[in-house]
Amino acid sequence: MKILAIDTSTHVMGVALAEDNKLLGEYVTNFKKNHSLRLMPAIHELLKELDIKPQDLDAIAVAKGPGSYTGVRIGVTTAKSMAWALNIPVYGVSSLKVLARNGTYFSGVICPFIDARRGQVYTGLYKMGAEHQIKTIISDHIVAMEDWLHYIKEKNEPVLFLSQDYDLHHSLISESLADQAVVGNGMDMLPKPSVLLSLAFEQEKPISAHALVPEYTQRTEAEKKWLEKKEGKTDA
Amino acid sequence: MNIEKEQIKDDEIILAIETSCDETAAAVIQGGSSILSNVVASQIESHQRFGGVVPELASRHHTENITWVVEEALTDAGVIFADLDAVAVTAGPGLVGALLVGVNAAKAIAFAHGLPLLPVHHIAGHIQAARLERPWHYPALALVVSGGHTELVLLKDEGEYEVIGQTRDDAAGEAYDKVARSLNLSYPGGPQIDKLAREGETIIPFPIAWLEEGSYDFSFSGLKSAVINKLHNAKQKGEVFRKEDVAASFQRSVIEVLTEKTKRAAAQYGVKQVVVVGGVAANKGLRQSMKDIFSNTEVELTIPPLALCTDNAAMIGAAAHIQWKKNIQADWNLNGKADLALF
Ligand SMILES: [Zn+2]
Repeated sequence: MKILAIDTSTHVMGVALAEDNKLLGEYVTNFKKNHSLRLMPAIHELLKELDIKPQDLDAIAVAKGPGSYTGVRIGVTTAKSMAWALNIPVYGVSSLKVLARNGTYFSGVICPFIDARRGQVYTGLYKMGAEHQIKTIISDHIVAMEDWLHYIKEKNEPVLFLSQDYDLHHSLISESLADQAVVGNGMDMLPKPSVLLSLAFEQEKPISAHALVPEYTQRTEAEKKWLEKKEGKTDA
Repeated sequence: MNIEKEQIKDDEIILAIETSCDETAAAVIQGGSSILSNVVASQIESHQRFGGVVPELASRHHTENITWVVEEALTDAGVIFADLDAVAVTAGPGLVGALLVGVNAAKAIAFAHGLPLLPVHHIAGHIQAARLERPWHYPALALVVSGGHTELVLLKDEGEYEVIGQTRDDAAGEAYDKVARSLNLSYPGGPQIDKLAREGETIIPFPIAWLEEGSYDFSFSGLKSAVINKLHNAKQKGEVFRKEDVAASFQRSVIEVLTEKTKRAAAQYGVKQVVVVGGVAANKGLRQSMKDIFSNTEVELTIPPLALCTDNAAMIGAAAHIQWKKNIQADWNLNGKADLALF
């Protein structure tokens, strides 16, 4: 069983390919450059190196968000279109779960997050269970970091933070949580497509390509304003 | 892959994808003129409540719909991947987030089946919608009028586009939408103004921007402002204009400048054919006025049916035929671009 994994949900771009739980190749870049331009050449190169044809693939796994709207769409559109064209299923995996899975050997709760601007983050809470099964404690959502840390503090147990955007929130985290906060180390802060593959193999259910949609965790600004206005009117 | 020109067949079957604005569209076109299928999933209802297209929402809908729409296009055409010779896609101009969905889908499908990827310019697509109606006679002149574009394009030969005039501010369709809003008509306002105009009289003197002598450029922002000011002043003075008369008078100013400049350019360049395309080409007033001007002349007038004037993928497949014949392929690094020179 050959699975191709794609993650373009943040400025980290990852492509990997595994056969029956054995990683055959992984390509990761961590700098700000256009995913739309670079994703397909990366897939092309990796498959060529491995001498694997698109027709040889059995499934495609993709980080479905949350993250950059455009980034997530590039990955999801590529994954679902290729899977549909090849008549194979897709695995849509939470981008945050991919990050959280880097905390394999941590016994407390794991908090992956992606900066969502204006003091907000996309985040959730995860915990490792038996046999490296990762469990979702609080599902992915968007929240003000300040409120989120307040909530975490009340849990009174060590929390491992994993994020490429850690520095942006570093002072707030240490102020709020002090010793309760454990900070991820080096490469554990990086979302890896090989980990996305592990998750797909371990515990995700594949779905049909048509059914795959991004997980944005929030409505568009226009919709939010429209709903507010509408509710304001009904209240009055 | 470089193929010798002689070897390129001209009854190729192309899957075309278009997502530059708020329509998710896919079509299968054979030989650049035969429509095997043409599927358009419109998002109008979703954007209507906002009075215009919300780019982020458009991108979201494209992502949800893209594989359904492409699948329907293949099913309607009765073709399978093995029947296809190439995949074509609108690379720009348009809403960049929206374009990206089509571009990445097209790349994925082409890559999956080892098919050539043909990049198409959205305006070239609008212009080549004419090819779905009848063959070209060069030199030809195309008037492209839509919500985003107002351009006069000269075609000396197949696929050779020379922009001889364009709007300096608002596109004609944009002016329609803004005037419609000031008349409290719902989005999209163009078709409603067209309808009202037929019941009104051209009694309000609105300006026409002719610009410099010999210029084929357009300007509609002055006209738009004149209409809005007129309505505003009338309201303050307690004067009442019939909506029908405002629509008729506004539309007359737009149509007069469009038809007159097209007529002059057609004469100057001695064209054999004039085509009118783009969403505003659906306007009945404009269609009639063009017919009146060119009906008893040597110039052949082509205005494709409404469904081929508004955004669709059949026109992209028609334009891709020229890319196919010239063997113009994109690499896997093709990207969607909001601004893109006509090619
Ligand atoms: Zn258009």
